[in-house]
Amino acid sequence: MFKRLHDDNTFVFTFDGTDIQACKGETVAAALFANGIAALRKTHTSSSQRGPFCMMGACYDCLVEVDGKTVQSCMLPAQPGLQVNRAKAQDE
Amino acid sequence: MATDDTDIVIIGGGPAGMSAAICAASHGATVTLLDEQPTAGGQIYRGLSNGDNRIAGLLGKDYQYGKKLIDQLARTTVQHLTNTTVWSVDENAVITYSKDHQANRIAAKIVIIATGALERPYPIPGWTLPGVMTAGAAQILLKTSGIVPEQPVLAGTGPLLYTVASQLLGAGVKIAAVVDTVTSKNHLRAAKQFPITTPGPLLTGLSYLKKIKRTQTPYYKGATQLKITGDRSANGIEFQHKGKVVSLRSNCILLHQGVIPNTQLSRSLRLEHHWHSLQQCFHPSIDQWGKSSLDNIRIAGDGAKIGGAIIAEHHGTITALGALADLEKITEQTRDKLAALPLAAIHRLDRLRHFLDALYAPPVHYAEPTDDTIICRCEEVTAGDIRRYAKLGCVGPNQTKSFGRCGMGPCQGRYCSLTVTEILAAENKLSQDEVGAYRIRSPVKPVTLEELASLHD
Amino acid sequence: MTIRSESEFAVVGGGVVGLSIAYGLLNKNKNVTLFDEGDLALRASRGNFGLVWVQGKGAGMPTYAKWTRASASRWQSLARQLSNDTGWDLALQQRGGYSIYLDEKSLEKKVATLTELKKQLGGDYPFEVLGHNAIKKEEPHIGKDVVGAVLHHEDGHLNPLVFLRSLVKATQLRGLKVVQKKVTLITPSGNGFTVQTTDQQQHLTEKVVLASGLGTKALGETLGFKVPIRPQRGQVLITEKMPPVINRPSDEIRQVNEGGIQIGASAEECGFDDKETIKTTAELASNAIKQYPILAKAQLVRSWGALRIMSPDGFPIYQQSTTCPGAYFATCHSGITLAAAHAQLLPQWLCGDGAAITDLGIPFHDFSENRFDV
Ligand SMILES: Cc1cc2nc3c(=O)[nH]c(=O)nc-3n(C[C@H](O)[C@H](O)[C@H](O)COP(=O)(O)OP(=O)(O)OC[C@H]3O[C@@H](n4cnc5c(N)ncnc54)[C@H](O)[C@@H]3O)c2cc1C
Ligand code: FES
Repeated sequence: MFKRLHDDNTFVFTFDGTDIQACKGETVAAALFANGIAALRKTHTSSSQRGPFCMMGACYDCLVEVDGKTVQSCMLPAQPGLQVNRAKAQDE
Repeated sequence: MATDDTDIVIIGGGPAGMSAAICAASHGATVTLLDEQPTAGGQIYRGLSNGDNRIAGLLGKDYQYGKKLIDQLARTTVQHLTNTTVWSVDENAVITYSKDHQANRIAAKIVIIATGALERPYPIPGWTLPGVMTAGAAQILLKTSGIVPEQPVLAGTGPLLYTVASQLLGAGVKIAAVVDTVTSKNHLRAAKQFPITTPGPLLTGLSYLKKIKRTQTPYYKGATQLKITGDRSANGIEFQHKGKVVSLRSNCILLHQGVIPNTQLSRSLRLEHHWHSLQQCFHPSIDQWGKSSLDNIRIAGDGAKIGGAIIAEHHGTITALGALADLEKITEQTRDKLAALPLAAIHRLDRLRHFLDALYAPPVHYAEPTDDTIICRCEEVTAGDIRRYAKLGCVGPNQTKSFGRCGMGPCQGRYCSLTVTEILAAENKLSQDEVGAYRIRSPVKPVTLEELASLHD
Repeated sequence: MTIRSESEFAVVGGGVVGLSIAYGLLNKNKNVTLFDEGDLALRASRGNFGLVWVQGKGAGMPTYAKWTRASASRWQSLARQLSNDTGWDLALQQRGGYSIYLDEKSLEKKVATLTELKKQLGGDYPFEVLGHNAIKKEEPHIGKDVVGAVLHHEDGHLNPLVFLRSLVKATQLRGLKVVQKKVTLITPSGNGFTVQTTDQQQHLTEKVVLASGLGTKALGETLGFKVPIRPQRGQVLITEKMPPVINRPSDEIRQVNEGGIQIGASAEECGFDDKETIKTTAELASNAIKQYPILAKAQLVRSWGALRIMSPDGFPIYQQSTTCPGAYFATCHSGITLAAAHAQLLPQWLCGDGAAITDLGIPFHDFSENRFDV
């Protein structure tokens, strides 16, 4: 659904244990989009799928988990070796 | 706890914040500029300082223009804290922020809030599905990462919708369709506001529309009853056009319905706000120098009133001049002299803004979402729920929180506040001013308990 | 000026206290009109912590302890009745609750207070003291700095927002008339009272109940009440939704049924200022992390301040006017805990049968505001 105009300075981070290719300067949300991943979490209320919506840190639909903390993937620079996980739902 | 008073702390490094910082520092004030982004530029000049000319080239000269401000800022004495999220400002002008997971406080003599705009919420059925995002979000992907959607549908209205369409076309993207909700009623209303001279920005706008036509991008004007289809993610969009249902397939739908001031901080300070009927949103009430209902809190740029990047830049300068005079860094005569040019520029551009506001006013259906439409994305509260609360006697947005958690999620109402106000106004037959808006509480952006706890002395 | 509805009861105040009383009166087939302010009134009901709490209540006034327990023991029936009316689940749990301690001295003091209270209540007061290991067994995430806790088996919690919404709907279903206007003046007239609202309307009523919290002062004084109440700010934090980490609530931290962790509540004397402050919220956060270290990384979504309604001794006041009989004044700071008593017992007093409550072993006149006369 998304593609990169240029593929340079690539490196790898992981999302739920899977390798994701990212380019320098990309946020985690952007890199996931470029890898065809748009759905990042499920809502607590109805378990519906959600993904990044605003890309500017306002909607909180892009939440992921890093180091046990819930963070906005659209505000988080991708970095080599970063381990990103899907945010845990309440019932898990 | 709080460090020594800085003369002026500016929140937001867009055109308004940058120009305010440059002006304030050049007259001897100590200035700290705080912004969430890794580089200066704000929404419009986002990613510009990354220095990727291949992308800047695609984005056009209005974008590249920002380089001037960014470079100027870098040459000042302004302390610019990047990747810094402000999550509380109190009435004594003490600002609390987090940077690198560390919370900190800074006290100012005067705070200038220049936090810009948010895209207006455009709730339609299916707008929460993955694959649906705002047009601005797609633009951010392009600006900061050179990532573009494949065969997207752009839907809604507003200058930014055409800007993004044109920028994507320029980047070689094939756009599946532009579904425009603008109506001929808007054209009539706008005609009355037509600027006497045709300023440059209007011509640029027209060139965007021409580009959409020239590339033979399917273009549907006057669309209503928009609805996104798909079960677990978006697979298309359906709408009424010229009496027929049109159904298009795409897994990337970009919505836009104009922008509105980001009033989270001004609301959390309980400043006065008022409804602006032409822009159909709340504005914090400010005087000609950007002063809010609290003396030490000023608001500049799109966060005060939607005017666009150039107005925001001038408004930033004017707000800084007002603050400098109040801090006795300059005399009132100097202030007035220096403000003359930016004021005149704003005056000129305001005409164009009114024209655009009328032309791209959101369509009626935007404020009247169907009962099954989710309004509060965080807590998944629908328009029907809110109407039911109104029937139970819910008169205001703060009651919708108690009735159904509406607005109580992490986005703190950024993407539902306005719609809730509109629905309650319609249901209870009240004006938007009478209904009011959510009371915003700190933190205006979530922060970990350990960060908050670190401020305990 | 026009004259509007006539009713048997006018209840002033649409918070939990007013609504619980109105619900009880409607259940007795009374004709009730409720008056409530607009969207931003100072509402303790919306800011409260959601505890149905027994432990410690009434130290210094055993009648209040009995009244609290009378309410707590009626809560299941109230919750069932409201769920039947509305179809909503209040998430009421009364499986006990803690006071958690980080130092031995405070724990000992608390135990002494509860032991004394137990004696005053004739030995019927089911609490136990848990040492660190015992509480750790109940609450695996408890922090190492916790020296112990008091577990009282009658304590519990619920979803206060669903409760408020249920009361609104259930009273509406039972024919409550609601006037969404601020009451400006209440005057005795004929056999009853005239209630005047900001829109210059007048409403006639046989009896009037002031349950308007902090707004009661001005209205009550003209009816001969002293209204010795003051605001006390409590600040509360709520985190993002989390998987279950806390089993039972404490009077400071609980996990709400939707998953968020709620942390409270401070007690500050600062007039009518209901703003949240960094100073207090930082202290609450720091304390919460000591009790449950797992909360350190939880994202705080919102904090807020709300005003409790305090009488000089902290106990409720229920008073009928001596100069204007038929006018009643009810106030307390634990409107959730006492809601079942307010819905099921208080209406008897309002209908002239206060003795029925005293017959339960709860000397009701103890709650008179005359106790503050010197
Ligand atoms: C997504 C989007 C895309 C846009 N694209 C265009 C375009 O292509 N062309 C155009 O002419 N106009 C565009 N606009 C409008 C344009 O952004 C504004 O007219 C202009 O940027 C206003 O300048 P400003 O300085 O008032 O605010 P902004 O440029 O928005 O700057 C505000 C800054 O505040 C920061 N901020 C906000 N809250 C906090 C906080 N709590 N803590 C720290 N920092 C914070 C933000 O990170 C941002 O950098 C766009 C608007 C949006 C929302
Ligand atoms: S996409 Fe909206 S906050 Fe990240």
